[in-house]
Amino acid sequence: MTHTEDPPRQPSLPIVENLSRRAAVKGGFATLGAAAFVAAISPLRHAAKNSSAAEFMQQHYKELSPEGKAAVIARLESEAKENYGAEVTIADDRPIPGTKFVYAINLSVCNGNGKCVEACHKENNHDRSTNQSYIRVIEMPKGTMDMEQGTTTYTGAVPKDDKFYLPVQCQQCDEPPCVDVCPVKATWKEEDGIVVVDYNWCIGCRYCEAACPYHARRFNWKQPEVPAEQVNPDQSYLSNRIRPAGVVEKCTYCLHRTRRGKLPACLEACPTGARVFGNILDPQSSIRWILENKRVYILKEELGTKPAFFYYFD
Amino acid sequence: MSSIPVKESHLTRYPKFLGRSLWLATEGSFGFYAWMTMLTALFLVGANAWAHQVAGGMISTNMTDHVSWGLYIANFTFMVGLAAGGVMMVIPAYLYHDRKMHDVVIIGELLAIAAIVMCLFFVLADLGRPDRFWHLIPGIGKFNFPISMLTWDVIVLNGYLVLNLHICGYLLYMRFLGRKPNPVWYVPFVMLSIVWAISIHTVTAFLYCGLGGRPFWNSALLAPRFLASAFVSGPAFIIVAMLLMKRLTKVRGLDAPISTLTGIIRVTILINLLMVASELFTEFYTGGAHVSAAKYLFFGLHGHTALVPWTWTAIGLNVVAALLFLWPGILATRHRWMLAAACAMAFVGTWIEKGMGLIIPGFIPSTLHEIVEYAPSQLEWKVTVGIWALGLMVFTVALKTALPSLNQPAE
Repeated sequence: MTHTEDPPRQPSLPIVENLSRRAAVKGGFATLGAAAFVAAISPLRHAAKNSSAAEFMQQHYKELSPEGKAAVIARLESEAKENYGAEVTIADDRPIPGTKFVYAINLSVCNGNGKCVEACHKENNHDRSTNQSYIRVIEMPKGTMDMEQGTTTYTGAVPKDDKFYLPVQCQQCDEPPCVDVCPVKATWKEEDGIVVVDYNWCIGCRYCEAACPYHARRFNWKQPEVPAEQVNPDQSYLSNRIRPAGVVEKCTYCLHRTRRGKLPACLEACPTGARVFGNILDPQSSIRWILENKRVYILKEELGTKPAFFYYFD
Repeated sequence: MSSIPVKESHLTRYPKFLGRSLWLATEGSFGFYAWMTMLTALFLVGANAWAHQVAGGMISTNMTDHVSWGLYIANFTFMVGLAAGGVMMVIPAYLYHDRKMHDVVIIGELLAIAAIVMCLFFVLADLGRPDRFWHLIPGIGKFNFPISMLTWDVIVLNGYLVLNLHICGYLLYMRFLGRKPNPVWYVPFVMLSIVWAISIHTVTAFLYCGLGGRPFWNSALLAPRFLASAFVSGPAFIIVAMLLMKRLTKVRGLDAPISTLTGIIRVTILINLLMVASELFTEFYTGGAHVSAAKYLFFGLHGHTALVPWTWTAIGLNVVAALLFLWPGILATRHRWMLAAACAMAFVGTWIEKGMGLIIPGFIPSTLHEIVEYAPSQLEWKVTVGIWALGLMVFTVALKTALPSLNQPAE
């Protein structure tokens, strides 16, 4: 082995001073390697074409100035036009002061017809090919709360006599484990109780997906595909705008509707009236009456997530 | 600082040292060039697969919303262990003043560097938006510290990398200058690296065991189990590396370190098996809903058995390796191949156990108790092989850099 201590032969810059055959060969191989590397990662150029410098540099939602936000929204609207051929309006709906949204489902009434799942899919511009939705309905044998015995892939006419149906979606927890684990604060809980995601800040590590005990988070494994005529144009930055690939998304209690005084799409679609939604801070609301007068329970109470989503029986 | 007058500033000398080291590290026999060419080729295959993954979306992996972490995070977890395991050379050398270990302790630190580099690449490969990597950088991004365990992991892993780069860089630089290393500049860092090595694996375990919704991970035994298996895989890798060095290089004095490390594995491999057994006992003797994931892992659940062959292979390898390590003749020179085989078995066994055997059952059954199985796609294997090739390249080059000083140990 060569001595490191060899003053006369010790070159200051090997490639320049020691331009022997060996150096030339090494340089040649280094160049070849670099060229092969550039060729190997060339598919990245395709990915880079789909993303602008402005998008790359975009700040976190909470750091955007009103002008900055307007510029971002204008860019997102034009991208929707360009990529999906759809005219959309993206609003920035903020929480209404004095509002805390909660949801309740009457399990005596739900018959597992799955209309909520479908409505969610359409309302929130989910990818058509994967048939994505924020809601899963579990068909459970009567006489147990053990989800292990349930199935979400049931078929046939509903309701079946010996079954009951348990729809599960984001529980908008008051102690959300998904928010705690996010390393970049891309997800947070708003004042009206809704847990949101900044789709333009999420790095796609999916730690929140691992942390959620309700399987409420979804990842965009690819760019969602929605035909232009099926795109729901009423959108909001933090809810149903078409998501970029590689980020996590979730149910927002349709904040682009509910913050404008409407009801969530899943509730409107429910043919049995099993779903009740409202402001728990309003003493006159029907949701308040249900929570005060029915036998109410929550899912996985032992985990301490404090859901804002309730189940009850008549 | 040393009292020898410095003719030239370190600012210009250190890059020169790096250049010289790199030059020397790329000199070698035909076998060496063949090895590096093969690794480069594999790395390029991985880089190409990753570029396709970024361009087309992660749909080309076999991960799903049910099993949202797969082969990448499995390898990441194992690699953290390998990095931490390197410290098992530092402990005898510096805490127990083992002179023989002192001369070769740098091998463990170089392994730590290579393993951490692999960790960072596995995390990068797992990100849905690698272009937004900068969101994770404290200061310019938004760092959810101290609440998110992932931010802790970013800190401890990068800190460990810097620590080891400093220690190795300093020691080798001093040899390059022909000076005796000044203990003030490295011993405190070496001591810190012992604590730090334990922290990287503890924090990585906390990533998983802090999740209440995943019963398979939600166990207080997870961090100790991580450490026990790390202290098997790290020394196992180093023993094999040293056996190869004995054959291929002029480095002497490796027999004593090999027998020290063998002694370490003898203990840690049994502790690891004991912990596996005690975890299995609590799971299966208690039963209930908690046991589903373990049942899936070991016996299959409702006819789904994808992980069963993996896990029994791991158990078989670990048990046979443990028996071999207990055999007194394992250190006999004429049974070297037996030692190498035992190390390889322990290494692969731990890789399965800390990888697929730990990450995947955390997701099966899912939190709503659905069973969606997972097997890595071809693309995931390619990316994984590419990152392993890169890590081996880093390790080979780093080791070659250190060879001149290993060849002539300080008096």
